[in-house]
Amino acid sequence: MAIETNTILICAGGACISSGEESCLSALKKHISHYSLEKVVKIVETGCMGMCDAGPLMMIYPEGVFYKKLRVEDMERVVKEHILKGRVIEDLLLEAPKSEGKILSPMDHHPFYTRQIKIATKNMGVINPLSIDEYIAHDGYFALQKVLQEMKPDEVIDTLKKSGLRGRGGAGFPTGLKWELTRKEVGDKKYVICNADEGDPGAFMDRSILEGDPHTIIEAVTIAGYAIGSNKGFVYVRAEYPLAIERLREGIRQAKSYGLLGEDIMGTGFSFDIEIRIGAGAFVCGEETALIESIEGKRGHPRVKPPFPSQAGLWMSPSLNNNVETYANIPSIIRNGADWFAQYGTETSKGTKVFALAGKIKNTGLVEVPMGISLRDLVFEVGGGIPNNKEFKAVQAGGPSGGCIPNHMLDTPIDYESLKKIGAMMGSGGLVFMDEDTCMVDIAKYFLEFTVDESCGKCTPCREGTKILYQMLDKITNGEGQPGDIEKLEELCRFIMETSLCGLGQSAPQPVLSTIRYFRHEYEAHIDRHECVAKVCRPLIRYVVIGEKCVGCTACARVCPVDAIEGAPKKVHEIDPEICTRCGSCIEVCRFDAIVKESP
Amino acid sequence: MAVAKVKSLEELMKIKEKAVKDLQMRDTQKKGKVVVAMGTCGIAAGAKDTLQAVVSELSQKNINDIAVVQSGCMGLCDVEPTIEVILENQDPIVYGHVTPQQVRRIVEQHIIEGKVVSDLMIRKGEL
Repeated sequence: MAIETNTILICAGGACISSGEESCLSALKKHISHYSLEKVVKIVETGCMGMCDAGPLMMIYPEGVFYKKLRVEDMERVVKEHILKGRVIEDLLLEAPKSEGKILSPMDHHPFYTRQIKIATKNMGVINPLSIDEYIAHDGYFALQKVLQEMKPDEVIDTLKKSGLRGRGGAGFPTGLKWELTRKEVGDKKYVICNADEGDPGAFMDRSILEGDPHTIIEAVTIAGYAIGSNKGFVYVRAEYPLAIERLREGIRQAKSYGLLGEDIMGTGFSFDIEIRIGAGAFVCGEETALIESIEGKRGHPRVKPPFPSQAGLWMSPSLNNNVETYANIPSIIRNGADWFAQYGTETSKGTKVFALAGKIKNTGLVEVPMGISLRDLVFEVGGGIPNNKEFKAVQAGGPSGGCIPNHMLDTPIDYESLKKIGAMMGSGGLVFMDEDTCMVDIAKYFLEFTVDESCGKCTPCREGTKILYQMLDKITNGEGQPGDIEKLEELCRFIMETSLCGLGQSAPQPVLSTIRYFRHEYEAHIDRHECVAKVCRPLIRYVVIGEKCVGCTACARVCPVDAIEGAPKKVHEIDPEICTRCGSCIEVCRFDAIVKESP
Repeated sequence: MAVAKVKSLEELMKIKEKAVKDLQMRDTQKKGKVVVAMGTCGIAAGAKDTLQAVVSELSQKNINDIAVVQSGCMGLCDVEPTIEVILENQDPIVYGHVTPQQVRRIVEQHIIEGKVVSDLMIRKGEL
């Protein structure tokens, strides 16, 4: 009998795949078979392990040793040293924060993991997403069994209401109430929808859940079907998520073969089917009524509300729509009870929230933290702080629909109400971090560019308004702003928010309003003094050689793509601002810190 | 392959129990571990058979909360094969000249009953 001596989990989340997981895996398999270890070493591809910045990631059991930033070349050492000789490979271990040495198993010791409480993502990075057995081993489908064989639909809804779960897609509507409203509607056909049309720049939690634990969503959507009295569910995923679609499809196939989905589930007489609908990737289709139109095969345009989807949704039938992360919480709530879930979080925001950390932060990746955690802890403990010794400036919460949160508000607890109060929003959970080198006017312009592109064009305030907002911001960043522009921006923002048809337009001006609210001085500097404080906006900055530091090495002159730099060897160089395109190549090559940006 | 449809809690439990067994390796919350020295010296002295014996002995006695780990040579080449038994809240014990027969004694006396097998003991405590 061959004895299994090791299990190797290798992260096959989207980020690790794109940083080379697949070639590492095939190299690993090659070395394993070179030493004839196929029978004693089990290799499992899992979903996202969270620390995307350090990928590709690997975890080797029984010790639970965690290796980061793997390269194909490292695989031979992993097999020869770790597997054969039991020696830990020091240089592949994770560094402890504050340089306290290396960490063997970060799940127990690194604040990135120890501060997390995993409910929606509990199986992610732990099980093989393509194995229903592993899902069942982690209590999968026990919630469905309990619901179908031991609970009435009203009891399910009651449990959800008591748990305090609110929609994780952004708006935070109480989930139990939504289920109850849809259940109460009369109709011979009802539908369950799972919104996996994740579109915020920098957000990837829904994708990771679908990729890492597809059965959770299948189980939860089926439970929803039973609770509201529906036999048909749709998961609306965007086409940019091919891996999520593939794994979900395989999950559906497995669940059907076990009799946990399809006709007469678990012999209870309840039948439910799930269909995947692939969206073309329009941002507006994340808005529930536009999403419904899209599933119906029409162009993704929002509808006028009311009637709400719970009254007249898909094909005008009562429809329940929840976000991926909302669903991912439900099996655990059913199994462990409402009180268990409600022990986490704050008075009004129960449970946990998954955040995607992106931008200027050390540990970019995916984390699930209890509601109410302060932004400061999230940035500096879990996120590891700002890289390159830069200052934290702000974080954009909620993507293009949300607002920025500045440094002095870092102690704000993260929950729906607190974020709303300071002009940001929970959103789907994308957090984009910015350091001192970020220009806040430029950031607002960036998000507006996004909404201008993504506005569906159905209603005028959003279609025309966002475009005018963008043009005004563009003028300001070009140094052509006029006194009074800030007030005009604010007025237009309010107008768009009050008169737009759907959530896209109603929230699109948020980035502008919140940057004006907290960084008005930057707008004023752009307009009054033509100064970009962060030295980002090209028309407002100049590159200048500091005479005392320049040794005349000619490196800058050689790299300049437009020959804007004059100077003989060993003589101080000079940059002609008329020719210079502000590309920044010269700063990068200068080894003497002799070139600086100036504004104005 | 046709899979039997799941109809009840009991059937679901059965799948779970079987699957959990396959996943035991990934449980790091164990009570202790047995480290088998698998350096060249150890292997030459028969450590592969010892390792095999440790794993099969544990699984025969349904002991799931002990991890079996391999290590390199721990420097006691003279008394190989060596194994180290590390249980929660106890000093680690290194045993020497561990043949498959001795493995049975160590599992029964030390791991199950908690009594150190003194005649095989080489070292007590951390290095």
